[in-house]
Amino acid sequence: MDLSFTSEEEQLRQKVRKFLEEEIPKSGLKSASEGREDKAWLAKAKAWQRKLYEAGYVALAWPKEYGGQAMDPVKQSIVNEEMVRANAPYLVGGSGLGMFGPTLISWGDEEQKKRFLPKILTAEEIWCQGYSEPGSGSDLASLRTRAEIHGDEFIVNGQKVWTSGAQYSDWMFCLVRTDPEAPKHRGISYILIDMKSPGITVRPLVQMTGDKGFNEVFFDNVHVPRKNLVAKLNEGWLIANATLFHERNMLGASTGSQQRFNRLLALAKKIRRNGKPLIEDPVFRQRLVDLEIKVEAMRFHSYRQLTDQMRGKNPGVEAMINKLVGTELNHDLATAAMEAMGDYSLLARDEEQALDSGYWPYEWMFSLGLVIGGGTSHIQKNIIAERGLKMPKSR
Amino acid sequence: MDFGISEEQEQLKTSAREFLAGECSTTFVRKAMASEDGAAPELYAQIAKLGWHGLIIPEKFGGAGLTMLDMAVLLEEQGYAAMPGPFLFSSMLAASALKEFGTDELRQKWLPALAEGKAIGTIAIVEEDDGIEPASIRTRSSKSGGEIIINGRKMFVPYANVADFIIVATRFGDAPDDVAFVAVDSKSAGVEIKPLKSLDLTRRVCSVELKDVRVKSSAELQGGGDALRRMIDIASVAIAADSLGGAQRALEMAVEYSKVREQFGKPIGSFQALKHAAAEIVSELEPARSLLWYAAYALDSEPKHAPRAAAMAKARLSEIYSRTTDKAVLMHGGIGFTWEHDIHLWFKRSRFDESYFGSPPYHRERVAQLGGY
Repeated sequence: MDLSFTSEEEQLRQKVRKFLEEEIPKSGLKSASEGREDKAWLAKAKAWQRKLYEAGYVALAWPKEYGGQAMDPVKQSIVNEEMVRANAPYLVGGSGLGMFGPTLISWGDEEQKKRFLPKILTAEEIWCQGYSEPGSGSDLASLRTRAEIHGDEFIVNGQKVWTSGAQYSDWMFCLVRTDPEAPKHRGISYILIDMKSPGITVRPLVQMTGDKGFNEVFFDNVHVPRKNLVAKLNEGWLIANATLFHERNMLGASTGSQQRFNRLLALAKKIRRNGKPLIEDPVFRQRLVDLEIKVEAMRFHSYRQLTDQMRGKNPGVEAMINKLVGTELNHDLATAAMEAMGDYSLLARDEEQALDSGYWPYEWMFSLGLVIGGGTSHIQKNIIAERGLKMPKSR
Repeated sequence: MDFGISEEQEQLKTSAREFLAGECSTTFVRKAMASEDGAAPELYAQIAKLGWHGLIIPEKFGGAGLTMLDMAVLLEEQGYAAMPGPFLFSSMLAASALKEFGTDELRQKWLPALAEGKAIGTIAIVEEDDGIEPASIRTRSSKSGGEIIINGRKMFVPYANVADFIIVATRFGDAPDDVAFVAVDSKSAGVEIKPLKSLDLTRRVCSVELKDVRVKSSAELQGGGDALRRMIDIASVAIAADSLGGAQRALEMAVEYSKVREQFGKPIGSFQALKHAAAEIVSELEPARSLLWYAAYALDSEPKHAPRAAAMAKARLSEIYSRTTDKAVLMHGGIGFTWEHDIHLWFKRSRFDESYFGSPPYHRERVAQLGGY
């Protein structure tokens, strides 16, 4: 155990800090989880990611030949911490950076990596995830979107749902059924679909937040070149799980919880209750600190996993819990903020008198969505019990 | 940046696990529970040979001079085994108090004997009103002619019944922080020790009456109220480490039982109600393990952050421990409620850990204050 940083790492920290202090205000974006996704927002969000990339602060650990810097994950973690500290706007290319990119680095062929990875970094191409279907949620492997091989093409027919960002994405990494006769886990392939292909219809779904954050995506005889298959035919389930592993770590990332806790703490110092700042209320203090302890535990837990990664240790049960704990913690933080605000929690985001720019009511709803997305808490608990604790399968 | 236990610490953990599985089975623990003094001398004779007693004692006093994180790893394993006897209170707390705040004379007198396992020490802070803050200490001492005269009554003193000396927190003046530790030989005139009948029989606690007890003025430890607060930090980490090991054991017992016990024609562990209960425990426990490692490391290496980290670890882990043993008893069903089944050993030990050296709400308030809230 040694928590000191090298002088090179400290220099990086100071450099990122200064960069963020100067550049965040210029970005025209407000906060970490700003969710407005109109065209003007999209242009600004892409420009922000590109600026960060050009400064050398995006995907530092990716290999050099695909636009990364091949740095160790500690440096990436320093950058992430500074982004939290500065409450930096989130990256529009998040699903490419956090989920698809790392999967492709492990499983893609050379041509695919060279073609796709650099444009993920620069936000030139935004990716969405084609997993859930109307009949396949928690039981993802029952998916029925069909891809038939004709010559050197797949012909895709079917429907995906809850597809975040599909309305502005350039590409989709998608699970399709390529062998309907095989057992359900063995007939799935992982293919890459150009969202501009003829036959694709994207229909926005309005979330309970009022935003058009996710979509239905329909495929009607969509032609996809065979070279867009990742790894082998009918072995997509393995790749799907690799992506899910990255997705769950991203959704449960402790940096997001730290950012929310800092905001809750500031709120509790500002709001007054019975003539005193709310933070002096003994009952609220207990709750606030209980949350802080959980956030801190997850921060150290992420350091531990970083070290395990550097030591070359395979992730075990300690990594399986990230999604469950992180997303529930984020929702608990938002719930505490809602209670802290009292009747002000009833005001919508765009009401002028809303507290804290109307962040919390939106966040309170959105964070519950992430307790579901990427595998619900119930599914996470099954995974932890069956794979982590080796309890007998119920199916 | 390297966050984790070292290869040597992994080895210490593994060898402690193996040793205790052999020498400190629940059959043995129950024997110690049923004994008069609860001190398990036959086990402690073996432990002395392993060098555990001197783990954190400096080499010049015959110890191994290792870190608090090494000690935390060992205490976790003792919690896993529900190891009885005074180890935590003697080899961790009394040894730390002397190491960090003792005069040279006191260190010479006790540390080598502690390291060899030839002496037992303990620590006495709590009184009848149950507080651990300097301001709540009412035991009174005065200095006269090179002597300190102590009067008061200490409660819940672990293993005072077998201790050779007791580190007593006492007040010298009225200012809240005018307190200090004094090392008192338990055979001194005026010391009356009464074992209390306690719930957790793997730990023995006593009341200690001090009536005009006279000790040499060199028996006073340095540091005043700061020493008291530092000992709360150290004890918090120690108890949290025990809680981590105990909770891990209770979880494993419940999971193992769920694989073999069948109802409705299936192992009960195949039902989601039990799976989710077990998954919730491990989801609390693993991040808390990381928190504990940091808190133990901070005691040695990050003094500025150590008090807050220790309070966080104690609040979180002792609460998780209680909640875990509760769920673990429930997962066992009726058999878990019997004296014959072992799960109640950890169930009761978790109550001790939750309460001793400050409850979770106490430590959460401490986290708030230390954060300037």
